[in-house]
Amino acid sequence: MNAAAIMAELQPIFSDVLDLPGLQLTPQSNATNVEGWDSLAHVNLVVAIEKRFGIKFALGELRDLKNVGEMVDLIQKKTER
Amino acid sequence: MKIQNLPVEHLLQKRKALRRELLENAHSPIKIAVLGGVTTHEVVDLLELLLLADGFLPAFYQSDYNRYYEEAVLEPEQLRAFQPDIVYVHTHWKNLHHLPPVDATEGEFQERTSDELERYQTIWNSIQEFAGCQIIRNNFENPPVRILGSQDSVSHGGTTRFIHELNREFARAARGSRSLLVHDLNALAAAMGHAQWFDWGRWYSYKMLTTPEANLAIAKSLAAMIGAIFGKTKKCLILDLDNTLWGGVIGEDGVNGIEIGKETAVAEAYTAFQEYCLALRRRGVLLAVCSKNDPDAAKSGFSHPASILALEDFAAFKANWESKDRNIREIAEELNLGLDSFVFVDDNPAERAIVSAQLPEVTVPDVGSEVALYPAILEAGHFFEVVSLSKEDLQRTESYAANATRSTLKAKFASYDEYLDSLRMTADISPFQPIYLERITQLINKSNQFNLTTLRYTFTEIERIASDPNYTTCTARLSDVFGDNGLISVVIGHREGADLHIDLWLMSCRVLKRDVELAMLDYLVECAGNDRIERIVGYFSRTAKNAMVEDHYGKLGFTLQHRADDGSSSFWTLPVAGYLQRNKHILIESRAEVVK
Repeated sequence: MNAAAIMAELQPIFSDVLDLPGLQLTPQSNATNVEGWDSLAHVNLVVAIEKRFGIKFALGELRDLKNVGEMVDLIQKKTER
Repeated sequence: MKIQNLPVEHLLQKRKALRRELLENAHSPIKIAVLGGVTTHEVVDLLELLLLADGFLPAFYQSDYNRYYEEAVLEPEQLRAFQPDIVYVHTHWKNLHHLPPVDATEGEFQERTSDELERYQTIWNSIQEFAGCQIIRNNFENPPVRILGSQDSVSHGGTTRFIHELNREFARAARGSRSLLVHDLNALAAAMGHAQWFDWGRWYSYKMLTTPEANLAIAKSLAAMIGAIFGKTKKCLILDLDNTLWGGVIGEDGVNGIEIGKETAVAEAYTAFQEYCLALRRRGVLLAVCSKNDPDAAKSGFSHPASILALEDFAAFKANWESKDRNIREIAEELNLGLDSFVFVDDNPAERAIVSAQLPEVTVPDVGSEVALYPAILEAGHFFEVVSLSKEDLQRTESYAANATRSTLKAKFASYDEYLDSLRMTADISPFQPIYLERITQLINKSNQFNLTTLRYTFTEIERIASDPNYTTCTARLSDVFGDNGLISVVIGHREGADLHIDLWLMSCRVLKRDVELAMLDYLVECAGNDRIERIVGYFSRTAKNAMVEDHYGKLGFTLQHRADDGSSSFWTLPVAGYLQRNKHILIESRAEVVK
């Protein structure tokens, strides 16, 4: 799955969980510049992403991510394995 | 909207949109405080959706992470201010404080068990003291780590044994207290399996010990328990016949051709399902048949020597060629139950689809066509959850069956008065008695149709009202030629000056049109006279289910004082002076002294 396709899958997950129908997710999006992306929403996002891509993030894997772009890279790596 | 079958990731992703949609049809406010030893938000989010789907309008209070003890015992101000209807203490195995070391002696083990228990008793007592509400608390799941292997459940140093002892003590505490309910977390964890239950990544990351699937299982089980507290449990299981209660088609194969008994694997599975249905019936769940069949052929199936169920086990029996939704409507009328009281089981997906579409209130689990799985599927739905089992529950099925005979009898009399006399009814009408408080609370929280105000009360509130001198309370027990109907009607009134305000008046639909309400009014007027009351004030508030009592006070001779423009509520008055006794058909047998 290429980065654009992963991004396209993430878009509705973020819109739904954060309840922001007009949200435009970009590789630069992160918890500080997206409204409502708090720690509780984060737990929901992780569940939805793991189920959607059939992956499981390892402990600490998400901690170092700076933005959605890096998350896309990580998802790409994990789905290719 | 039905959300029962949606997967957890869908519920969590679409939560906010689902919540908005469900809010439109939710109407019963309920306040739930959740005191967690783990992060509780996901369980609460899921529980909120499930309760909304059941018509509740829940408000939640959540303790800070792992502050369940502090907020219950040391700093209860916030919790007290929230005024919860229910406090749910959500702790897991991980929250245990006094686990024994592996080298513990028997004495140390016992000491640690009682220390742990005491800690929880302190929590319950404190909540009781300042909130006086229903407490639901988890027991503990078996530990995922058994350092001593199988000996862990045997040894003084075993965590598993410690948890077993504690769970037994929790159960004992719950048996001894009406306000404490144990939520069987251990059974949920066992049903799911520890590999699917625990999530260590989430524990270390967010202090959430369980998987999303486990949290959904917890939320479903809690929602069922809360529904049961407020009387929303299903009351009747409607069953198809061919390939549901036996293998084969009775109309074609005949009674000797159907599969039931112990002779084949298939027959054994049907026998097991019949046994499961019979077990439900014995604990008070009504059974009914709805089958596309020739009626005589349908009935002949139960004459099979291996049949577990007998015709008398069914409170209603519809075998004909009409559509099933129509038959289910008729069953609902016959049994005097709302459509939302029914669970429908049929192996035929087309029948399930029709009933589900035509009668959205009826619960239609997706049982598939493998009868061996039916008991497990029904169990997983938590449809018939109970919070306490009274003697009345266990007798209820007989009472409904006797009702059918009464209806037959009714047809033969010249007048309704004559019929009522033939029933040779006797009633005991008394103020609330301690032994009936449990049954009274249960009736209050599950009666929907003959219920003037549909106010719900907890056991603790009823206990208080029973001993409050400013209240006038009464209950009626009714017996007739067919047997004892048990305690079937409840009135709560409070006195203010020369007025007696009737806050609550309800009656079980088993005894409609028997003049019990007249006998109760006679009693209320008598009490009013003793208390120098001049006027009785009655109230009606409309719900989706109580249209039958809209004119209750009018029929009793009260004068309408005010009715809301939309008819949603009204109040009525009756002067005590000049009242003439109304009841003519019920012998008032013994009456406990009218207590002030």
